[in-house]
Amino acid sequence: MTPKQIVERASELRWKLPQDYHDRWVESIYAESARIASRNVDQQGKTHRLAWERRLDWLLTNRWTGMPIMVLMLALVLWLTIEGANLPSGWLATILLDIGHPFLKQLADYAHLPWWLSGVLVDGLYLTMAWVISVMLPPMAIFFPLFTILEDFGYLPRVAFNLDHLFQRVGAHGKQALTMSMGWGCNAAGIVATRVIDSPRERLIAIITNNFALCNGRWPTQILLATVFLGALAPPALTGLVAASAVLGVALLGVFLTFFSSWMLSRTVLKGETSTFTLELPPFRPPNFLRTLYTSLVDRTLIVLWRAIVFAAPAGVVLWSLSNIQIGGISLAQWMISILDGPGWLIGLNGVILVAYIVAIPANEIVIPTILMLTVMTTGVTGIGEQGAGVMFTARGDSELAMLLQAGGWTTLTAICLMLFSLCHNPCSTTIYTIWKETKSLQWTLVSTFMPIGFGIVICGAVALVWRIVGG
Amino acid sequence: MTTPTHATTCETCAVSSGSRLERLGVKLGQVDFVVALAGNPNTGKSTVFNALTGLRQHTGNWPGKTIARAEGGFSYNSKKFKLVDLPGTYSLLSATEDEEVARNFILFGRPDVTVVVVDATRLERNLNLALQVLQITDKAIVCVNLIDEARAHGVTVDGRGLSRDLGVPVVLAAARQGEGIEQLLREIDDMANGRSTCRPHRLPVDIPTVRESVDELVKCLAEAYPNMPHREWVALRLLEGDSRIVQAVASGEIGSLQQDHVATGTISACGN
Repeated sequence: MTPKQIVERASELRWKLPQDYHDRWVESIYAESARIASRNVDQQGKTHRLAWERRLDWLLTNRWTGMPIMVLMLALVLWLTIEGANLPSGWLATILLDIGHPFLKQLADYAHLPWWLSGVLVDGLYLTMAWVISVMLPPMAIFFPLFTILEDFGYLPRVAFNLDHLFQRVGAHGKQALTMSMGWGCNAAGIVATRVIDSPRERLIAIITNNFALCNGRWPTQILLATVFLGALAPPALTGLVAASAVLGVALLGVFLTFFSSWMLSRTVLKGETSTFTLELPPFRPPNFLRTLYTSLVDRTLIVLWRAIVFAAPAGVVLWSLSNIQIGGISLAQWMISILDGPGWLIGLNGVILVAYIVAIPANEIVIPTILMLTVMTTGVTGIGEQGAGVMFTARGDSELAMLLQAGGWTTLTAICLMLFSLCHNPCSTTIYTIWKETKSLQWTLVSTFMPIGFGIVICGAVALVWRIVGG
Repeated sequence: MTTPTHATTCETCAVSSGSRLERLGVKLGQVDFVVALAGNPNTGKSTVFNALTGLRQHTGNWPGKTIARAEGGFSYNSKKFKLVDLPGTYSLLSATEDEEVARNFILFGRPDVTVVVVDATRLERNLNLALQVLQITDKAIVCVNLIDEARAHGVTVDGRGLSRDLGVPVVLAAARQGEGIEQLLREIDDMANGRSTCRPHRLPVDIPTVRESVDELVKCLAEAYPNMPHREWVALRLLEGDSRIVQAVASGEIGSLQQDHVATGTISACGN
């Protein structure tokens, strides 16, 4: 028999292999090593540490308790991030926005800069950067270390273990659980983390679906809308709880969409076998807090923040220009709003929100400030944004914000649809760039960019339709 | 072991390596033997590597940073050895790039000795890889590392029993303390020079339909490549459609595996 014939014969015989052959082979190896190990290893006395670890492992990876503990952990991390970030965010906003901005404005006046230049630089560029830093830095500085501590402690491999069979069922790689949770911090970081997945097919699925993990830039949007619109519907005592559950609900919907879209992709364009991998549940170790703090601040927080700033700065310039360049007496921004109002209505949103999403492609964190600014411009409400058109600002107080948005025609439906759209829309430009760098493929970059928008349009459109039919 | 009082006597003893081990770091010229170092991640594989070569190799555990392989050298008994540190893997089923690199090196790189480093505290889990390595090479040594940690946990490993069950030499070591390194060197030297032989433990194929297919392919392979080693394993991989093995069979590369590797220079140097 020639070599070629042998290979052909082997592929013929392959049909006779039992379906679970590979699993049985692996199992027989495991059984054999267990047998050899038990014959030659002698454990003297009981080690309390092992017993303790075993019990904790049982609790964390158990069929019944594993999932609820995961959701609880997520809720706890979210709550700590939300609560903890409030105060430092306020300080940074005071320093950068309330003090820094007028100071720079005056400086520009002293230097006799032309109005448009100081507008572009101070009101556009500086304010956007200041916003990104004050909104993004504190939650990241809390979220990433918390995440790293859980990682060091050894919890994340257990999460991957719990989610593995779900990912396997949808034809994706179990390690996608890790990249998904990285995505909760930052999608760009999550996409870089997909390098742990060796199979190109499964890695692509992980990259494309990573956007369904709510990132840092979107948590503030979710929290703000949930507090102002949904929390307000409940009695005061329950406001916080309702808002927190709404955010958790959106986050879990994201997890569901991750599974759903992975399933969709692996059944259509990215067909193939799920590869197995060995996941070692490492021993639980007490995390080293100081080192964790240092590495997660330097390696993750600062790098991600720097990227956001680099991409957000030009957006500020664009935003300022859109609001100040006029065609036929109407600013460019207003033109765009009136064009997009119709399609916006269909999916429960409005023109302002869609324009904001176009302008805010560079960084998700500037969506809310852009919406506020555009709303002020179109409704003509004054007294909230002293700085006037084209300047991003923070609304002081939730009720004031609600009033402003309601004047802009917002309802509970708008808030719900915006929360959903915030979950399902194109990734920010940093992430898109990262996707391109990691895949080196225009096709997959485009798929990753537009697939979530498709989901967003369908989901928001359906919600708006049902809401309008039921609500009359 | 704590036998500091005998240190001076030991150094002059013929069994001692004090004078016979020369760490060469990366300064490699023509080498006599190639030794591959395989093992699970976090078993102290790199510590063993560093203890033998005198290098300070650092391997990050950051995922995705695939270290293809690192190389270093040492001289023992006036023979030069090249040590190739393979990526840490849990298995050789070539599900990942790392596993592919490790397996292909052991199979096609034809090292004179493959040292499998296993963690004494997690022997059951680590033996998986050792057993898989034993399917594709006849010249392997199992180094049970972190024996000090195991002792601290009240775990004792029966080296002789393990050696009997696996069919290859077993060395108990604590590479961080330098314990067992001497014995490991002697075993490597003996095996590379053909002074020791082993009969690695092979797993039987116990599914009847698979057995038939394997037997048929083994017969075909034996006709085409009379001297080919590990026929059963190759047949199994062919059945599973392992693309690298299919290619090696089709091209005839698989047939040359039984030859002693002639020039170690053919293994392209990479890593650091």
